[in-house]
Amino acid sequence: MGLLDKFKQGLSKTRDFLSNGIKQLGLAMGYFDENMIDELEVLLLQADAGSAATDHIMSNLRQDLKQTRDSSQTHVRDVLQQQMLEILGPRRTLLLRPDQLNIVLLIGVNGSGKTTTAGKLCLRYQSEGLRVLLAAADTFRAAAIEQLDIWATRTGTDIIRQQSGADPAAVVFDAVKAAQSRGTQVLIIDTAGRLHNKQNLMDELAKIRRIIAKEAAEANCQTILVADATSGQNAVIQAETFNKAAQIDGIALTKLDGNSKGGVALAIAQATRLPIFLAGLGEQAEDLVDFDPQAFVSSLFPEQL
Amino acid sequence: MALFEGLSSRLQQITAKMRGKTRVTEQDIKDMMREIRLALLEADVNYQVIKQLIAVISEKCSGTEVLESLTPGQQVVKVVHDSMVDILNIGEQKLAVSPSGFTVLMLYGLQGSGKTTTAAKLARFLKNKGKKVMLTSVDTHRPAAMLQLDVLAKSIDVPCYIETANKDAVEIARHAVDRARYLLCDTLIVDTAGRMTIDQALMTELKQVAAVVKPTQKLLIVDAMIGQEAVNIAETFDREIGLDGYIMTKLDGDARGGAALSIAYNTRKPIKFITIGEKTDALEAYDPERMANRILGMGDVVSLIEKATANYDEKVAQKTLDRLKKNQFTLSDMLSQFEQVSKMGSVKDLLGMIPGVSSAKLKDAKVDDSIIHKNMAIIRSMTPKERDNPQLLNASRRKRIAQGSGTSVQAVNQLINQYQQTLKMMKQFGGFKGKKGRGFPGMGRGGFPF
Repeated sequence: MGLLDKFKQGLSKTRDFLSNGIKQLGLAMGYFDENMIDELEVLLLQADAGSAATDHIMSNLRQDLKQTRDSSQTHVRDVLQQQMLEILGPRRTLLLRPDQLNIVLLIGVNGSGKTTTAGKLCLRYQSEGLRVLLAAADTFRAAAIEQLDIWATRTGTDIIRQQSGADPAAVVFDAVKAAQSRGTQVLIIDTAGRLHNKQNLMDELAKIRRIIAKEAAEANCQTILVADATSGQNAVIQAETFNKAAQIDGIALTKLDGNSKGGVALAIAQATRLPIFLAGLGEQAEDLVDFDPQAFVSSLFPEQL
Repeated sequence: MALFEGLSSRLQQITAKMRGKTRVTEQDIKDMMREIRLALLEADVNYQVIKQLIAVISEKCSGTEVLESLTPGQQVVKVVHDSMVDILNIGEQKLAVSPSGFTVLMLYGLQGSGKTTTAAKLARFLKNKGKKVMLTSVDTHRPAAMLQLDVLAKSIDVPCYIETANKDAVEIARHAVDRARYLLCDTLIVDTAGRMTIDQALMTELKQVAAVVKPTQKLLIVDAMIGQEAVNIAETFDREIGLDGYIMTKLDGDARGGAALSIAYNTRKPIKFITIGEKTDALEAYDPERMANRILGMGDVVSLIEKATANYDEKVAQKTLDRLKKNQFTLSDMLSQFEQVSKMGSVKDLLGMIPGVSSAKLKDAKVDDSIIHKNMAIIRSMTPKERDNPQLLNASRRKRIAQGSGTSVQAVNQLINQYQQTLKMMKQFGGFKGKKGRGFPGMGRGGFPF
């Protein structure tokens, strides 16, 4: 299945939502009037796009309509897609350098899907023939280590772990040392979920970052914020705060299928300008794909309006 | 966030323009409603719910007593607040108990909403109420989910029934009920697998499990951070399964939790509990009033106090108080106070919780948390003897301390001055003869020494 098809399948619910919405607007008429534009705004807000991104998109759309005087549905759709693409920025992926140690540090709030993402990434890199090492730095949540351990067994990957309650920074230290001596290509570090307003936990994260910077200065370290696509506007604050504490390189947006409408991708991108690296479009391991703004945006709208 | 905070002050701005006008125009009302709409959207309240709420509010606000009062902005906020409390305050917020004497609580929810942790919290809560509780998990999907529940159960000393090798959720449920009855438990809490609501296979499985365990209460676990989709999720679960109520999780974060309003409005089912932390004791009764404040971002004094208590070590505080009473307050005590304060998070965060202090205002205020950390470093660079006998600190010792802490002699002097002033202040207050337990020592008029 191609990437575009995957996005289309994952985002089918959003597309239905938007196309039903647009149909309800009486678009059979083939053009938009002022009221319909207002309703379009509501659709975006209901998809969790947030008021900032929605305002941005809608004011540009209104301006465009004033200039072009073309309110045909295909034109409106194209402008919307264009605006969304501008917010999302160019496609950027999680870049690995096969000739050196790559460290993928997964961070995020509780329940966003860090451990599952770690497992899926592990499987992906493993099948690409890379030497992978997992690190269970979530020493807080009950059975988090075991959960990652099951992924390690499943994928036949080595795992660096300590007992529950151990200092996560120490696990990271061990993992970095082990990765260096084993000639690991990708070290995936799973961390404990933390709410971004807890200062001491954010400090802990900063400490992990310091250890990596100090012990593996040569490594290509990518810090990934794992964010739940079903979350609302709080995701924006999350991204901002985590970025401040741990300099995020990119975002993995999980659970983008099913219940989410995925508009939060726009809200986060508009506020933080951080690239979205990965998208979780289903429960299977191969459903974690590289995020493609073009595919995302075209999956949101039906081809035939 | 900033957009959201000053709802009251921005409404005030709009109403200020109306002063002196003989009548309020439709546009004025419209402007105000726009502000409210934006504020609620930022709080993730469902758009349809907002629309209907706004209709109610604007009608109530058109009354003259609201707009002609001295503080119409605040009056409007009050109307909004009260309308929200009306919605949030529905149904029976207490857990129902089965008349048969065997109560079964079944927990549902999406992935990552916090079902397993909540199950353990609920078990601990009920155990403390004298119930004989057993936990079980029928989550055969997520790796180590059962083990997670088992570990949590052990930590709170509650029996837990799991079958890690069994993939048949219904069978596990049947065995769990037998086991609970055998152990003479009166409450069974069933943790289920998290999935999308549109997953029909899971819904069927959940129904089959429910048919076996016959839940007294079916509770949906809702993440406070959830967005616009909350309503659909709640409605789908309610339609498919028939919910009795909700538990909202992760309210220790800074999400507004607008979903609480949306689901209460649309499904008319009560929120039974909220959870406010990672430990198993972080389960609380739900309070509509506080929830409304939270969604409106009006500052939550109760949370502020809770945050202070949660991080304030009672024993250390008591020790400090005792020493204060005996006028033995030393630099070591000062250090432990600094440590306590820094554990509570940044001063800015704390200030943000005080009603009326909006984050927009705080942006300009320079609250420097690093001073506390600097002071801590200075004290830590002293020898234990110096900490207990500050009079030892001569010029050469101060120089050494400055170097050791990476600060300057001036900074060291400043800290010692501060310390001496604190001492003096305490002597004036007569050595703190206050009763035990009257607020936190040092937080009242004694003041933190900084």
